[in-house]
Amino acid sequence: MTATVPPKAPTFLGLPTAPRGVGHLRGDQSFPDAARTALRDGQLRANLGHATTTIRNKRAKVVGEVADWEQLRAAGKALKAATMAHLDEHLEELERQVTARGGTVHWARDANEANEIVTRLVQATGTGEVVKVKSMATQEIALNEALEAVGIEVFETDLAELIVQLGEDKPSHILVPAIHKNRAEIREIFARTIPGVDPGLTDEPRQLAMAARKHLRERFLRARVAISGANFGVAETGTLTVVESEGNGRMCLTLPETLITVMGIEKVVPTWRDLEVFLQLLPRSSTGERMNPYTSTWAGVTPGDGPQEFHLVLLDNGRTAVLADEVGREALHCIRCSACLNVCPVYERAGGHAYGSVYPGPIGAILSPLLTGVEDNASLPYASSLCGACYEVCPVAIDIPSILVHLRAEHVEAQEKTTAEAVAFRALAKVMSNPRLWHLAQRASRLGRLLSRGRPTLPNALPPPISGWTRSRDLPTPPTSTFVEQWTREHRSAK
Amino acid sequence: MSAREEVLGRIRTALGATRAAVPDVVRDYRQAGEHPATGPELLDLLVDRVEDYRATVLRCAPAEVGATVRAALDQGLGAGWAAADVVVAPGLPADWRPEGCDVDDDRPPVQLADRSASVTAVAVAIAETGTLVLDGSPDCGRRALSLLPDCLVCVVTADQVVGGVPEGIGRLDPLRPLTMVSGPSATSDIELQRVEGVHGPRTLLVVLAA
Amino acid sequence: MKVALFATCLVDTMTPSVAHATASLLQRLGHEVVVPPTQACCGQMHVNTGYRREAVSIVANHVRAFAGAEAIVSPSGSCVASIHHQQADVARRAGDETLARDAEELAGRTHELSQFLVDVLGVTDVGAYYPHRVTYHPTCHSLRLLKVGDRPLRLLREVRGLELAELPGAEQCCGFGGTFAVKNADTSTAMLTDKMANVLSTHAEICTAGDASCLMHIGGGLSRLRAGTRTVHLAEILASTEEAVTPHQSTKPAVSRPTTPAVTA
Repeated sequence: MTATVPPKAPTFLGLPTAPRGVGHLRGDQSFPDAARTALRDGQLRANLGHATTTIRNKRAKVVGEVADWEQLRAAGKALKAATMAHLDEHLEELERQVTARGGTVHWARDANEANEIVTRLVQATGTGEVVKVKSMATQEIALNEALEAVGIEVFETDLAELIVQLGEDKPSHILVPAIHKNRAEIREIFARTIPGVDPGLTDEPRQLAMAARKHLRERFLRARVAISGANFGVAETGTLTVVESEGNGRMCLTLPETLITVMGIEKVVPTWRDLEVFLQLLPRSSTGERMNPYTSTWAGVTPGDGPQEFHLVLLDNGRTAVLADEVGREALHCIRCSACLNVCPVYERAGGHAYGSVYPGPIGAILSPLLTGVEDNASLPYASSLCGACYEVCPVAIDIPSILVHLRAEHVEAQEKTTAEAVAFRALAKVMSNPRLWHLAQRASRLGRLLSRGRPTLPNALPPPISGWTRSRDLPTPPTSTFVEQWTREHRSAK
Repeated sequence: MSAREEVLGRIRTALGATRAAVPDVVRDYRQAGEHPATGPELLDLLVDRVEDYRATVLRCAPAEVGATVRAALDQGLGAGWAAADVVVAPGLPADWRPEGCDVDDDRPPVQLADRSASVTAVAVAIAETGTLVLDGSPDCGRRALSLLPDCLVCVVTADQVVGGVPEGIGRLDPLRPLTMVSGPSATSDIELQRVEGVHGPRTLLVVLAA
Repeated sequence: MKVALFATCLVDTMTPSVAHATASLLQRLGHEVVVPPTQACCGQMHVNTGYRREAVSIVANHVRAFAGAEAIVSPSGSCVASIHHQQADVARRAGDETLARDAEELAGRTHELSQFLVDVLGVTDVGAYYPHRVTYHPTCHSLRLLKVGDRPLRLLREVRGLELAELPGAEQCCGFGGTFAVKNADTSTAMLTDKMANVLSTHAEICTAGDASCLMHIGGGLSRLRAGTRTVHLAEILASTEEAVTPHQSTKPAVSRPTTPAVTA
């Protein structure tokens, strides 16, 4: 299978980032432009505000009851850092163990290669349809599109993913991909797209969930191939883990003859015991429950129980380039809980689509540019007020604000042509490093007083970039004299 | 170069010749719950947490499991259920089995979808999180058994109950196919409102024998 | 104690009344205040906008300006957080280990105003009088980077005549975020709108905080709404006494203090 050759993706330390032309890591618009559209959608803002507030409060309650939360968090962070420091060895061990238990391990350099491997494996079974468990990795590489391109029908089985798929929409949240839709909108999608749906379907969540159950039941029972992601892969035992709520994951992991799991290489953990940390951190941070309804683990194949053919696809797709960035590599610690989205004031207003990637919110604002190279997602590191709420709730203590600031610098330093902003900031730096120039500049800023013509605030209509401020807020007229100036003058004359 | 060699090579390049020192993993979090094993506080905690997921717990003496399983099925299926609608794990102790029920065998798993209820044991129960773990051993049954029938009855004995997640993980065999069950199947995908019962069993009943 | 005051570039240029208030408060508490005349900026705006290389010389100027100071106090949580968490990193990344160590050493002696009052001086009652209904916005960097906790509230509770109104959604960011306010003006404004709604719901006359930058943002929005509720820096409230109760407002022209002869630009 040969696709058209996409433009070459950038590299970091010579390591390729996620290739262009495939997958869902790059948006069509810059964040400010996409956010502007979203901010005008009152219904979207109401849906998001309601949903994020609900889940934020649930999380705070169940985290609050764990006395050793900070110790667990520190252990989670240390475990991830220790794993990354020997990622190659852990992956080799995982491969050995999975293979020893009857599974087959495949390695994929990027999205194209992973899609090719999975497509080949599905075609080899002779089936024309697959059922899927919600998986960020397969969304990232646009696996559904790749399978559909060769005529394989794909059924997303997570309720929210089903809503997104039937609505021909895009996911906007890591945990709750249809968070931007309210019950009435979901009812409309189901009534329009599910064949044979009860015409009396109301927008009551229970009824909608039952409609999905009925719609998917038959597909689960006839499915021959399932595709999943993995939350964790234990190197020492070859045990894979899927954490879920609805039971659609269990259906996919249990009933078909063939299971294909696509796992990012950063999802490996060294030992079984490590799950005692992550299975406490993840559910409370993610759904705000003490434990999610279902967690399934399996090692290779088990005779008489579940799929008898198991394939594990280990995906790079830019992750090694992230690993090469000593500051940014902490983003690989993410366990995809989405707590940072739910507390982020920017996400809450702009919504997930504004980020243009399957990874929205604060983690997306660092992970997407790290995976693609910062220039392919240059507006994302700036899509944050650096308020730090994300860092505070992150179960593995990823210092997202510091990585955002680091990526801003990577972007600035990657510019080959000098921008107007760079000219201004360089000039200002020169001035702020030299007290004499600084005092002169401060005096010059008082020229603004001329614009105000005696009023307390400057006029609203000023040229960019000041207009970015004055469109919605007043700017005070600069005073006649600075503090340091006055103080120095007074204390000199007093002596 | 194979993809395997290339990805491993990239990792080595990324980490550099002199790798960062591996940080110590300090496991100073709680390794055990505060309640003594098999004690009433521990069992009460399990009951509280399981019921919080809107599952039902029926407590009984060890000798009364059989009758209590039948009572659980009365609740889950309504009185007058037919024994043939109930399928049990092959290794379930004989005196726990409702008389005349179906014992799972190596039939195609999808046939289990025709049954109304299943009865299994568990391997471990974690009190703090209200979690039951089934490990595919004969008394727990294969994974499809606890998945396809709409009503699931799990029998837990006091010695299987641990306080927290670390104790639970320590008791489990990672080479077996494990299913950790915390309440009935549920979703919060519509406006974050929890709805019990999507694809897995919509009714979960726990018989706690102590 | 001899205290060196770091006014910050924003306060020095745009709201000098905040620095005057800080100085008079510390003097009233019996401390000698010095204002190193070569101070300019901590470098935060450059670092946070991506100009970390350019920030090195700004950090160097800051370190030079305050060299030898026993204790440095600043009425800005955000700038103190940058001094604590960014300055040394910026120098170290640029390969200037000497500057990095000097910056670290200086950071150890640099305090945010409320932390200095409560933790170093051990006072919560600073003898202030401020007969107004006030609500307090805990700015993000004070809250999450410096972890000032309830120190500002403890100080405010001791102010005579002051009625403290709890701010709903207090810990939500106001949407300032430095250049974020301009680069993502629409999202910033949406955040500001919600913050202002919460402030106005308290029916407070005054919204206060420990950062002049966030107050300029909130105050600029309130002023545009002609809301009546004004923003006043925590230092100005704590500096007020029965003799001088007129609050300065950061969105009004920073008129010269009555005691200072007017200077025309």
